[in-house]
Amino acid sequence: MKINKLGHPYKDGEEIIKQGTVGDCIYVIQEGRVEVIDESGETEIKLAELGSADFFGEMGLFEKDVRSCTVRALGDVTILTIDKKNFYKTIQKDPTLAYRLLEKMSYRLRETNKRLRTI
Amino acid sequence: MEDPNLDDLTLDDGSTIGVVGGGPSGTFFTFFALEFARRVGLKISIDILEAKDFTKPGPAGCNNCGGIVSESLIQVLSTEGIILPSTVIRRGIESYTLHVENGVSVIETPFKEQRIASVYRGAGPKGDADNDQLSFDNYLLELCKENGANVIHERVTEVERAKDGIIIRTKNSFEKKYDFVVGAVGLNKPTCKLFQSICPSYIPPKTSRTYISEFLLGRDAIDEYFGNSMHVFLLNIPNITFGALIPKGKYVTLVLLGTDIDKEIVSRFIQSKDVRNCFPPDIDLEANMPCNCYPMINIQAAKTAYSDRVVLIGDSSSSKLYKNGIGAAYVTAKAAATSAIFHGISSRTFKSSFQPACSDLDKDNTVGKFIFLVTSIIQKSRILKSGLLQMVVKEQKKPAKQRRMSSILWDTFTGSASYRNIFVRFLNPFVIIYLIWNILTAGLIKLKPGKHED
Ligand SMILES: Cc1cc2nc3c(=O)[nH]c(=O)nc-3n(C[C@H](O)[C@H](O)[C@H](O)COP(=O)(O)OP(=O)(O)OC[C@H]3O[C@@H](n4cnc5c(N)ncnc54)[C@H](O)[C@@H]3O)c2cc1C
Repeated sequence: MKINKLGHPYKDGEEIIKQGTVGDCIYVIQEGRVEVIDESGETEIKLAELGSADFFGEMGLFEKDVRSCTVRALGDVTILTIDKKNFYKTIQKDPTLAYRLLEKMSYRLRETNKRLRTI
Repeated sequence: MEDPNLDDLTLDDGSTIGVVGGGPSGTFFTFFALEFARRVGLKISIDILEAKDFTKPGPAGCNNCGGIVSESLIQVLSTEGIILPSTVIRRGIESYTLHVENGVSVIETPFKEQRIASVYRGAGPKGDADNDQLSFDNYLLELCKENGANVIHERVTEVERAKDGIIIRTKNSFEKKYDFVVGAVGLNKPTCKLFQSICPSYIPPKTSRTYISEFLLGRDAIDEYFGNSMHVFLLNIPNITFGALIPKGKYVTLVLLGTDIDKEIVSRFIQSKDVRNCFPPDIDLEANMPCNCYPMINIQAAKTAYSDRVVLIGDSSSSKLYKNGIGAAYVTAKAAATSAIFHGISSRTFKSSFQPACSDLDKDNTVGKFIFLVTSIIQKSRILKSGLLQMVVKEQKKPAKQRRMSSILWDTFTGSASYRNIFVRFLNPFVIIYLIWNILTAGLIKLKPGKHED
């Protein structure tokens, strides 16, 4: 682990979350990039690439369901884990904290709709 | 002079805000005020007036602090989209090493990942020329500039209430009238006094003298002797509530908190066997100390830190006792920004929408005072310390969820949880019974002096 980085280090190709597994943490990318992959079909479909300050795994905060995608490191990446309990406690005190999450989720929904239209 | 329609005082398109002080509370306020204004489509402009140049090493750019950015703050900032770059982080901290006279124990982070950062508030200790590494305060200041704030590097020497605003004047004859002024001036006595002229009911916080010094050891020695661990000392030395050694790049920072720390107390601490053992045996600490200082710390909140068109935040208002002052600055700064953008800038509005955030910190500090009282009792007793240490050493072999005392100590040292939360967890019967058991057995079995490492 590099001494001046925060979070957990992942190497190129390493899986950070695996589609179908249970999880209730949200992840924030500190440095590097990751790819979001749908593994439900016969071939993998790359849904998105995310970079520094982006988060993923947010659906685990709202649903008790399994992870809907796999997220894999693209090169060296460091990821900070935010546990659900802490996150909810903080949001309870300061609801404005949820805004960025909603903004990103709304953006992702719009991107998905765009993609659906092109299929 | 009274404003007409006091309760209708709000920020409108074109409103101007003057933020005096560009430390964490000033920059957090600016960041959130600009962000909230963007969200509601309000066009405001913000000037930050800061006397120091954070790009300079030594006192000229330093806001005298241990430089620990807590686990809870790192998580919250990440959620807000503020990611500390590796150029600002001097070291990611992943464990605490607890030192008492009877031994040592390492308390690992419950999450097995580095979630605490050690930083320098300025560009580093006096004479440091490590240009690759950046100042924490400057990073936040630059973030505010990127988001549209204007930074004026001047010392504010006068604030004056006018008919429909507040006039700020600086040493170099800058003068401007603002619709709203934020005092984020830390514990700077003369500037707090300036604010009393426009905020008549404001009583600045009570303070106590602390101590900070830097030791230059070199990267290899830091790796070997400290690693990614912050060393915390519960030694029976009068006036010292808490002592810590924090690794940062090629330096280690010593922080002593307590009541009115002076040269003699510092020297007693540095020369104690437990502290000396942390350093390479041949090092002359005095000769490798590029700077040291005795800064003040907020130990009791200010009173009525607001008036019409004025609010004081961060250390100038309420902080967290002994821990996570930057996190507390974030809380009061964000509460002031929320109040100003969404509710208004009258005294009455601040009372209802800003003061609760300060009162919450103040109430928590009351519990904090009790926790530090208990800590000071433990500090004075070898048997109690042996019991505590024994309990922690045993716990470190168990799964993270069962390390109750370790997690209580972790949150007390890191400032990551509220004092109320820590206290409630301490009252858990399992914790108390297990602690009593360990104290009794530690009393019976005389512990060997030296290392008790997990
Ligand atoms: C020994 C010690 C160790 C600490 N360790 C930690 C720690 O490890 N982690 C942590 O989270 N907190 C720590 N703190 C607390 C932390 O330093 C403060 O809570 C925090 O800095 C408060 O931020 P602030 O912005 O309110 O004030 P400050 O950081 O003091 O910033 C105030 C700013 O206002 C500027 N200013 C003042 N007057 C004027 C003027 N007239 N004109 C223009 N500019 C002006 C100053 O130059 C300064 O930049 C520690 C404190 C002490 C004393």
